[in-house]
Formats: sequence, C-alpha cells, structure tokens
Amino acid sequence: MQLYLPIAEVSVNAFLLLGLGGRRGLLSGMFGVGGGFLITPLLFLVGIPPAVAVATSANQIVASSFSALLAHLRRRTVDMWMGSVLLIGGLLGSALGVMAFNVLKALGQVDLLVKLCYVAFLGTVGGMMLAESLRALYRARTGVAPKRRRHNWVHALPFKTRFRVSGLYISVIPPILVGLLVGLLSAIMGVGGGFILIPAMIYLLGMPTKVVVGTSTFQIIFLTAFTTLLHATTNQTVDVVLALLLILGGVIGAQVGAQIGTRLKPEHLRLLLALLVLAVCGQIALGLFLRPDDLFSIEAAE
Amino acid sequence: MRALLALLALLLWTAQARAEEIVLGLSSDQVAITATFTGSDILIFGAVKRDTPAPAGAAPLGVVIAVSGPLQPLTVREAQRRFGIWVNSAAVQVDAAPSFYAVATTGPLDKVLSSTEDLRHSITIPRAIRAIGNDVGNREDFLDALLRIREGEGQYRILEGAVEFDEQTLFRTQIGLPANLVEGDYPTRIFLTRDGEVIDMFETTIYVRKAGIERWLNALAHEEPFLYGLLALALAIAAGWGASAGFQALRG
Repeated sequence: MQLYLPIAEVSVNAFLLLGLGGRRGLLSGMFGVGGGFLITPLLFLVGIPPAVAVATSANQIVASSFSALLAHLRRRTVDMWMGSVLLIGGLLGSALGVMAFNVLKALGQVDLLVKLCYVAFLGTVGGMMLAESLRALYRARTGVAPKRRRHNWVHALPFKTRFRVSGLYISVIPPILVGLLVGLLSAIMGVGGGFILIPAMIYLLGMPTKVVVGTSTFQIIFLTAFTTLLHATTNQTVDVVLALLLILGGVIGAQVGAQIGTRLKPEHLRLLLALLVLAVCGQIALGLFLRPDDLFSIEAAE
Repeated sequence: MRALLALLALLLWTAQARAEEIVLGLSSDQVAITATFTGSDILIFGAVKRDTPAPAGAAPLGVVIAVSGPLQPLTVREAQRRFGIWVNSAAVQVDAAPSFYAVATTGPLDKVLSSTEDLRHSITIPRAIRAIGNDVGNREDFLDALLRIREGEGQYRILEGAVEFDEQTLFRTQIGLPANLVEGDYPTRIFLTRDGEVIDMFETTIYVRKAGIERWLNALAHEEPFLYGLLALALAIAAGWGASAGFQALRG
C-alpha cells in the first residue's frame, strides 16, 4: 500500500516502513539502544530526504523507548537518578551539537563528517565490546572470577553521590561528561546515542549491566524528545505520518525484543550488539572507499 | 495614408500569424495530493483552429508540449578521491531548477522544433534551465550531471512522439506526474510549429496542491511548528504507552 508522506513529500510503501520500524524496535528492546544508527541510513535508501529522516527517526525513538521504559520500570531496572544526571549533560551537549552541525553545514562537509563519525565511533565501540564480551565468555567457561570493581580515576573526583539502584558511589562529573558527549554526537549523527552510552555506562562508570539498558532508555527518551522539538520548530522536518508508521512497527518489535533480552545472558547480548555495531560500521566504511555510481550528486538547497 | 497602409499591413500580418491557433483542454488543471497519492496522469488535449484551410504544399504541423514543475534552488556536488575515500570536492549552486520537467512532441524533436526557436522559447530541458539565468561558469559538466541524474530518476522526461495528432487538427497526450510530486504551480506551454518554426503558443497552469489530512498536517508543521512538535511527541508517547498496555493485557 503506497502512502504519500506530507512533510517528506514522497510516496512510500506503508508495509516497508512498518517492517523497518519493527526491526529497529526489536533491537531497541533487546539492547536498549534507540536504533537510530540503523534506521536513519535505511530511510535514506527508501528515498526519504536526509533532513526529514534524521528528525523523524528522533521522534519515533521517543515512542519505542517509552514503551521499552515501561517494561523496564516494571522490572525495576532503571536508575532514575543516574539517568537524570546523564540527561543534564546530554541536553547541554545536544545544544552544542546543533551549533556545531550548522557550522559544518556551511562548510559543505556534513555528510562526510557524519559518516566518519559513524565509522570512528561504531568501529571503536564495537571493537571494544567485542573484545570485552569474548573475554567475559572465556572467563565464564574457564571459571576464573572477574575482578568485580576497579578503582580508577573515576573514583578520585569530587562531588560524589550515591546512585542507589546502580549500587555506585561516584562523582557526578563522569556521568555529566558522558551525557555531554552522547548529546553532542546525537545532534551531529541524528541518533539517540545508546550505542555509545551503554558501553560508557558499563566500562567507564562501572554500572551493573542489569540496570544499564533501562537507564539508557530513560535518558534517550528525554534527549530525543528535545531533539524532535528542536527539529520541528527550526526546520519543520518531522513527518508525523512517517513517524507513526515506524512507531507502529517499532513498539511491537520493542516488546518482543525486551522479552528476548531478559532470556539471553548479558555476555551474549553484548557480543550480539558488538557484531551488529561492527556490521553497520563496515557497511558505512565501504561506502566511503568504493567509487560512487555517479560522481555527481544533487542536494536541495535551504 | 501611410498610417493606414501600416495598419493594413499589421492586420494582414496578424491574420497570417494567427491563421492557425491552439484551442486547449486539460483533463484537470488541479492535481490533489492525498494520502494515497501514487502519481497522476494529466491528459492534455486540444485542437488547431483554422480560419482558412492550411496552405497547400505547406509542411505538416507539429505540437510541442512542455510541463514544468516549481523552481527550486539546489547544489550539485562532485566527489573526488582524497586520502583513499570519496569526498565531495567541488560544488556548483544552481539558483533555480524545475523539480519536474516533461517535453512531449508529435515527432523527433529536431524535426518539429528548430534550435533557434528552442533558444527563443526555452523549451527543452537544457534550454529551460539555462534560461532561468543559472550561471554555472565553465562547469557545464555539473549542469549535465543535474540533467542526467534527474532524467534517470524520471523527474525530467523527453517524450518524443508522445503527442497524438489526428488529421493535423486534434492533438492529445498523457503526461505522467511522479509520486514524489512537489506542491506548486506547474506552468504548461503548448507550441504549434511548422518547419520547426513556432506559429502559435498557448500557456496554462496546472495547480498541484496537497489535500485533506496531508494539507492540514503540512500547514500545521509550518504555521504552528511548536504545537506540531508537541503533537508529534504526544502521538509517540501515546503509541508507546498503548503498545505497552496492549502487550501487558495480552500476557495477563
């Protein structure tokens, strides 16, 4: 069934969009990542203008994250206090990111920067997660107990506070900085930032894997809601019809994903996510190295 | 006496020039983009009105129909390999390019339209784009790329022989408008030619407008962006909540 999208101004098959939303929702429920880094490039392929794709995917991440958050709240795996601290940094970073984005846009290299960002961050994060999860699997098999908690520079900083649900007593500075970085990247790359936030929470802040997914979902909702409003008011690029279709597929996928997520071992979950992140990274990198079909491209001016 | 002669000459000249003129019909001059819009065919038809019979031995008439979409500014970029990766290296601004352009003719373009007449009336796509005053300097290849890409996507079309012309009097053609149609006014020009020379021209406009919910949403997004943003968020949260509650009920 073809549907004409009022803001994107293209006619697209409705079931295709439902399917895309469903796939993304599945990942979001399983791993707690918003899945923006997967859906935004796919929307480009379907023919949605990039500006609309980025803005609308932020809007639909709000929906599936909300439904995932409700599932996490029922299981009490959300550290609200930690989420709020992360969010303070996130909103700040998002505002900075929008400014940086506009400067780069004027220079005409935004596409390249976004792609390089994707390759660099997905590659690093994916590689780290892969190595770590393989180590964890190896340890589980050999029965060597991992060191529970490392004392690093994170524990030497002032403004310490107790994050009860995470069972942590650390400074608020690292979470704010992590939030800031995620917000910055989310504005530039048009993603929720979960794929950076989750590893940072595990490896940098030392949060237990159990609460990581729920907490990241919590902060992603507010961050993407803020981004949606920003895009809607400044660029008018949020397409609600497109968003609703993606949401409809996404919310169903998210519920299924959350169920699968609780049944898998955390190490397996991280291994899967690492492989997925690396696959997307590889695909984008390939696009940078291969000769484009047509050396010329057309871009609508503002 | 001289003035009278001049007037007479002028009258004769116009009578000559307007001996054959176009009478036009459109299947519709309104295209409504609704939620289920998948493109539309516009039927353009008309007749050649003659006060006197066609001169004996004259070359056959030709009809050229040009439909243009609204003009939009755009940037054409060229990628080059730098440090092993493909980077946009050069760019050319095009101030105004039609979002859609179709030319339909009764026969081969070079037969029905001379290049001087094409230049004068800016009928074919390259002429039309240059006529808008786009200055691309010496980088003609950028303009060529624009035409090539848009032709490949079906946005720009040359439909030679697509106009049916019965008895040198009745003509009709069908022009398919694509699904990703841009809202706006589509100026449509019909040229009557003989020996490649334009002997009459008719101009009309096809109005392409969004309708129904499409129109309402688009207007809201541009006139009340904050409200629209809140609506988008409210819809998202309601959908998320609804799905969660639904699954809860299913399990319970």
